[in-house]
Amino acid sequence: MREQRASLPGAVIAWVVAFLMFFPILWMLVTSFKTEAQAIANPPLIIFRPVLESFAAALSQSGYILFAENSIIVSLVSTALAIAIAFPAAYSMAFQPGRRTQDMLVWMLSTKMLPPVGVLVPIYIICRDTGLLDTRTALVIVDMLMNLPIVVWMLFSFFRDIPKDILEAAHMDGAGPRRQMIYLLLPLASPGIASAALLAIILSWNEAFWSINLTASHAGTLAAYIARYSAPEGLFWAKLSAASVLAVAPILIFGSLAQRRLVRGLTAGAVK
Amino acid sequence: MSATATTMTRAGGAADSLSHGRRRVAWLLLSPSVAVLALWAFVPLIMTLVYSFQRYNLLYPERRGFVGFRSYAYLLSESSFWTAIVNTIILVVAVLVASIVLGVLFALLLNQNFKGRAVARLMVIAPFFVLPPVAALIWKNLLFDPLYGLIGWLLKLVGLPAVAWFTHFPMIALIVIVAWEWAPFATLILLTALQSLDPEQLEAARMDGAKSVNRVIYIVLPHLARPIAITIMMESIFLLSIFAEILTTTAGGPGEATTTLTYLIYIRALLDFDIGSASAAGVLAIILANIVAFFLMRAVARNLES
Repeated sequence: MREQRASLPGAVIAWVVAFLMFFPILWMLVTSFKTEAQAIANPPLIIFRPVLESFAAALSQSGYILFAENSIIVSLVSTALAIAIAFPAAYSMAFQPGRRTQDMLVWMLSTKMLPPVGVLVPIYIICRDTGLLDTRTALVIVDMLMNLPIVVWMLFSFFRDIPKDILEAAHMDGAGPRRQMIYLLLPLASPGIASAALLAIILSWNEAFWSINLTASHAGTLAAYIARYSAPEGLFWAKLSAASVLAVAPILIFGSLAQRRLVRGLTAGAVK
Repeated sequence: MSATATTMTRAGGAADSLSHGRRRVAWLLLSPSVAVLALWAFVPLIMTLVYSFQRYNLLYPERRGFVGFRSYAYLLSESSFWTAIVNTIILVVAVLVASIVLGVLFALLLNQNFKGRAVARLMVIAPFFVLPPVAALIWKNLLFDPLYGLIGWLLKLVGLPAVAWFTHFPMIALIVIVAWEWAPFATLILLTALQSLDPEQLEAARMDGAKSVNRVIYIVLPHLARPIAITIMMESIFLLSIFAEILTTTAGGPGEATTTLTYLIYIRALLDFDIGSASAAGVLAIILANIVAFFLMRAVARNLES
């Protein structure tokens, strides 16, 4: 399977494209190290003495820490819950499938097709009536439900690759489903669980629709923070860039680690 | 790994021999997922349907009552609704075309073997991981701003006047932002698909003297047909719901120039508190998404069988 080396122009074009696509992120990063005056200098400054002043300003901004904390808590808790609920389901479907298993999987995935905006009104009203508006609980539940089908699907496809005989042998030795799952499946499938978790964290960190519509000043995540920040403080570009860099960095790192798994998870394995 | 993969059919055959007790346990393990998803899928849906037949404004809750199809009739007679439908279609189709064309191109470029290709690939895919409001604000402020933005400065360098993108070309500006976010997604999927293409087949074609353009047209593109179809369907579901980008850049304006169906529902529901009208529009959005989803789920089901 020896691959053909790229021609020189081919490689050059690829690098130019990569640079252009990445440029907006790079420019945000550069701007975040400028002072406000440098950020709106015209012509744009390329060479300057980098300062951390904007990061300090962004971090001391009222609420930033709270919103960052919300992002972390909501994405981690919703992911943990999704995995906890999906794990037994995926075990059941992968190792003890019935005639309806396939329909069940397809149905679960099809719930992802419901456009959030179609149920915005009832979800908003349910949250209002139960006092869940602007709480982390509401976002955790919604994010968990949004990601559950994808997590079930990913775990299922990882479990499918695990030899059935191992679990069957454990069953013969008298191990019940709980022990099979905890002592066999958990260690065997840990890479798969990790990548399903990674994908769920990325998706819920970047989730903006529900976060903006269901929260205000208490439970908002960074997505809501940046969206609201833009209106009154739109012209503090350096500070806004610094806040954005902090909001985007963890997911950029996670995402780059999980590229390949992401394809599998997002396309339900239809593209391998 | 692949040798031990348990196929659905083999497992399905064994399923009937499972004892009754094990069947019950299997179902018990499955039920939490099924239960919460069923609640999530049906309860709000039914509520949206019910609201859509009511006159219901959160500002005047006492005037609530059944009005049949009046919200729908009113919605369909409004020019705002049709503007929103047209805007939605323009945004979705334009971004789809841009992201697929760029995605194929980027995937072909990144599939070459060159120095630092892993880094280049990451750089192309990175925009997909950027928080939507952040993506929108980078473009709105740092790049598109007519006074201080980089693009204005570049235009001035070549002697062109600065353009107030969000005033004069709001939809184009929005399309650029969303396409920048979603072209990486197409690239990622198509690149994965390309890597499963047998290089020997291409090599054979090259030996036979096929030009590189012809190799792409006759071998690579047919191989990508299915992944492209899947990308189109997945992206359409997400693109129908584009929201944060509009909120942070144009807020649907100027006028209604960038008000999509999603944004219209947001305005009706959370700014006007007109639950009846928002729900009727919500039902129409669900129907629209279902048309796309129908084809997508068929493709996924086919994959499960193979």
